[in-house]
Amino acid sequence: MTPGASPSGDGPLLDVRGLAVELARDEGRVRAVDGVSFAVPPGGTLGVVGESGCGKSLTALSLLKLAPQPPVRVAAGEVFFQGRDLLKLSDDELRRVRGRHAAMVFQEPMTSLNPVFTVGEQISEGVRLHLGASRSQARERSVEMLRQVGIPAPGERVDAWPHQLSGGMRQRVMLAMALACDPSLLIADEPTTALDVTIQAQILDLLKRLQAERGMAVMLITHDLGVVAESCDTVVVMYAGKVVEHAPVRELFASPAHPYTAGLLRSLPSLGGEVTDGPQGPRRRLRAIPGMVPALGKLPSGCAFRERCERAQEECSRVTPVLERKRGGQLAACHHPVPAS
Amino acid sequence: MSAEPLLQAKDVQVHFPVRGGWLGRVRGAVKAVDGVTFDVFRGETLGVVGESGCGKSTLGRAVLRLVSPTAGSIHFDGQDVTGLSQRRLRPLRRRMQFVFQDPYASLNPRMTVREILGEPFDIHGLARGPGEREREVAALLDAMGLPREALGRYPHEFSGGQRQRLGIARAIALRPDLVVADEPISALDVSIQAQIVNLLVDLQRERGLTYVFIAHDLNIVEHVSTRVAVMYLGRIVELAPSASLYRRPRHPYTQALLASVPVPDPERPRTRLLVPGEPPSPLAPPPGCTFHPRCPHAMERCRRESPPLYPLGSGHFAACFLAEGESQQSSTAPRSGGADGVLAQSPSSG
Repeated sequence: MTPGASPSGDGPLLDVRGLAVELARDEGRVRAVDGVSFAVPPGGTLGVVGESGCGKSLTALSLLKLAPQPPVRVAAGEVFFQGRDLLKLSDDELRRVRGRHAAMVFQEPMTSLNPVFTVGEQISEGVRLHLGASRSQARERSVEMLRQVGIPAPGERVDAWPHQLSGGMRQRVMLAMALACDPSLLIADEPTTALDVTIQAQILDLLKRLQAERGMAVMLITHDLGVVAESCDTVVVMYAGKVVEHAPVRELFASPAHPYTAGLLRSLPSLGGEVTDGPQGPRRRLRAIPGMVPALGKLPSGCAFRERCERAQEECSRVTPVLERKRGGQLAACHHPVPAS
Repeated sequence: MSAEPLLQAKDVQVHFPVRGGWLGRVRGAVKAVDGVTFDVFRGETLGVVGESGCGKSTLGRAVLRLVSPTAGSIHFDGQDVTGLSQRRLRPLRRRMQFVFQDPYASLNPRMTVREILGEPFDIHGLARGPGEREREVAALLDAMGLPREALGRYPHEFSGGQRQRLGIARAIALRPDLVVADEPISALDVSIQAQIVNLLVDLQRERGLTYVFIAHDLNIVEHVSTRVAVMYLGRIVELAPSASLYRRPRHPYTQALLASVPVPDPERPRTRLLVPGEPPSPLAPPPGCTFHPRCPHAMERCRRESPPLYPLGSGHFAACFLAEGESQQSSTAPRSGGADGVLAQSPSSG
């Protein structure tokens, strides 16, 4: 069974198998994404978590061949979307998928919007290209989309320039652009990371509402475990280019199987949680993961996490663990997974 | 902990002039910090939270005189430093230090670690000869958990977490009393953040440091802070002991802020209280309570009057008319009172 295939038995909308992506570096090719597999059912939400350099963004970009090639090269794998392998499509065919059936929003809304076109022109572009709408139909659609993403006075804002909008408003415009053609999959790469927490809450809520209304699937890439817990059904945890854990969200948070996942969760301070007040207030040490993420191309033998892992044994340096079922719906790449709690 | 505050800020204002038009005349002011009063006691950590543009970073820079306040006063260890010249500030500089957010931008890329960490000793003439300087720098590396081999290396050879360790090492090199840390972990990866927080907490214990910890991450601020100040549009809207603030926030903005934080627990029902809209521009703040356009409880009075920070007992203050009823009316609130000895004097008392 493909990991993460939809529980309902329907075929997945997106089915990524054994994706490997390489980067050209001065010192040669390094594998930044290594054998990544996951699936997203129609209407489902998959979270991809990991720290910088773990390959989560590169994975997302590679699905739609949006990473610059070179230096990036997809070395292996298949990306089935609506039954077709995207990696085998011609540039022309791929353009008809991007923005139409699968759309993407990025972290930094200022650099992802074109500063020399109005908001309306940028939303219209995709609508006219993919849906063959006329100029006036596309403009109407733009106003409607701005209204749907909660932008006040959409009839006026449609003529605004990106620099006239706040960060939160720009991210709403990005969403409006991405959703204008009613895609069945939205890939969102850290869509709220640059935003303040009250604005983040607004955008996440909006995303959830629009997703439910449209039955759209979402692949949400983030480093924030809180965002994952609130937004996703299934979670993929990446470390050093590999998926180390893949599980339904509740199982992952209740009882993480991979020591890295467990370490990440333990290192978080809990908000409003138990606090032991010392004479100088609540000051406990956090349970940090020791060491740091190894550099690509300098990964240790065997399991890439073993040097930071409290459960590591001798075999972890010899045998690279593969992703396999540990319990329930939980898959982990670990020889000595954390016992169920 | 001494009852005498190490740092006292009173009605501090930092307004930046906005120039434009013909001959670049001053057309207005960005009220980055607009009348802020608080104390920081020896050995405590005062957390300062708020969203971008609320003035928390400017406040942090102002209390160290890295920007000059346009009004109000700042006392450091009993001495008025508000109007001191840079020359007269210098001897105090070594006692009050800053840790920057971006460990990539705050270390000189052309200096080795030995030079970066040795420089403070040279500037203040605190090492008797290169031998002593070398010993001090090596001891600093040990305290930071960095290897001695690091001495001859340049900043680019280190990871983000290690660079932040260097930034902290530089700040504490001269054994300061006060360290202002502005978003010290927000540029770091999750697994590294906890390491740096632990380092800061350990250093505080070992060296008796006093921190002003500025951050937008509410979880981390709760974890490290004795007391927390919440800022909105240049003002403190709530100030309270950490546990009290997080368990029973009184200001609607604090409540919204806390409810907005995504909780890493999928079993927990979401009780998210969405505040509509965005913070207004500090160039043209709304009249009355600056939060009223977004506040679910706004009353007529909030549109006209600006609420003072009401003392609510046990060192809890909130600038909201809804809290007025609870207010312990004495306008001259005690300097301290609780058994825990961390209570502030009234932020608004004279």
